[in-house]
Amino acid sequence: MNSYKHILKNGLWDNNQAFVALLGLCPLLAVSNTVINGLGLGLATTLTLILSNSIVSIIRHQVGTEIRLPVFVLIIASIVTAIELAMNAFFYELYLILGIFIPLIVTNCSIIGRAEAFASKNPFTASFVDGLAMGLGFTAALVTLGAVREVLGSGTLLANAHLMFGDSAKDMVIYVMRDYEGFLLAILPPGAFIGLGLLIALKNIIDKRLAKPKTQTVNFSIDPEKA
Amino acid sequence: MANNKTLLLKSGWVLGLFSLIGIGLVSLTYSITKDKIADNQRMFILQNLRELVPETLHDNDLLSDNITIVDAKAFGNQQPVTLYKATKNQQLSAIIASPTAADGYNGSIKLLVAIRENGELIGVRVVSHHETPGLGDAIDTNKSDWIYGFNGRSLTNPETRLWRVKKDGGDFDQFTGATITPRAVVKTVLKTLQYYEANKHLFITTATPSDHE
Repeated sequence: MNSYKHILKNGLWDNNQAFVALLGLCPLLAVSNTVINGLGLGLATTLTLILSNSIVSIIRHQVGTEIRLPVFVLIIASIVTAIELAMNAFFYELYLILGIFIPLIVTNCSIIGRAEAFASKNPFTASFVDGLAMGLGFTAALVTLGAVREVLGSGTLLANAHLMFGDSAKDMVIYVMRDYEGFLLAILPPGAFIGLGLLIALKNIIDKRLAKPKTQTVNFSIDPEKA
Repeated sequence: MANNKTLLLKSGWVLGLFSLIGIGLVSLTYSITKDKIADNQRMFILQNLRELVPETLHDNDLLSDNITIVDAKAFGNQQPVTLYKATKNQQLSAIIASPTAADGYNGSIKLLVAIRENGELIGVRVVSHHETPGLGDAIDTNKSDWIYGFNGRSLTNPETRLWRVKKDGGDFDQFTGATITPRAVVKTVLKTLQYYEANKHLFITTATPSDHE
């Protein structure tokens, strides 16, 4: 049980694919302009990770090391194509917005990375949990960055929620700031880089704070982050 | 030597097997989703068409009554243009063209231009574009009212030389910081109007679905 907890914590926080491993930055930066876009791509990526990790784990003894990578790529590409078709069928408008970034999930390094580094060496359940945790960690990063950029950029949260949750979700949009002019930089690509940088910095500060009680050294020197 | 050969063969078989499984998975998903996807695309276009041409103007199936012009040079681009015809009691009431403005700031801007049978614009809508958020995307109806400025215009309102943005001495507003986007849209709408004016007879005489082609 403990090891599953460890896998979960690893995926969500300690080895978060976006904030720590810095993998999959292309979709992360491009699609994180609103919460719903981030959530949509995040969930599609999570599903891909779960399926590819599970399948790779099942076949890990049957496929020799020489052809391991091409087989993984085949599996991942098939899964992503299937997911793309499904999204096209069931979330058409979201599919139109996310566009090229759905097929590009194939090129997200964290997927082949997890297949190679974890699923090809671990049993099915652990690989499944790892895929889930890594995917949710990535989704959380996308949604957080999306929230920051959406609030700063257009003053709303959860705009276009009906694209994912159906027409009843049209009222889910929250106007954080009324009559907001919009801060263009946050929506444009540079805003994504700056936002991601700030979020990584924030995570590092939190990690530092958490690590402090464990180390017994009492240190009263001026901490730059506290200033 | 022989060992190497068997290993190679085995690897080939495994790779082949997984290719087959992959193809199987994709084909299966495709066959399950293809009707739904085609339906989505139809509904999406239809929704856009209906927004422009209200029920009072037509009693035909807008989607099935269309012609595609492959050689679309008259519209100022290479992409084929589909023309949808709205008819009421077999009489042409409006056409909706789907031209593409190729010279947007960031690539193509796909438009729908609805023209009443008398040559007056019902309206223009943007179907898809890649213009800069916050600047060029004011052509979207949910960002600004700019695109409604075409409603009721025609080749004589304003006269052709004024079918430009104000910066170029014309009659149409540009946006702060973005001239290229509205310039491209205005130009394409003008070309569409001119195309309709020049080819009007084609549509009016072939208004009934059974006649055309």
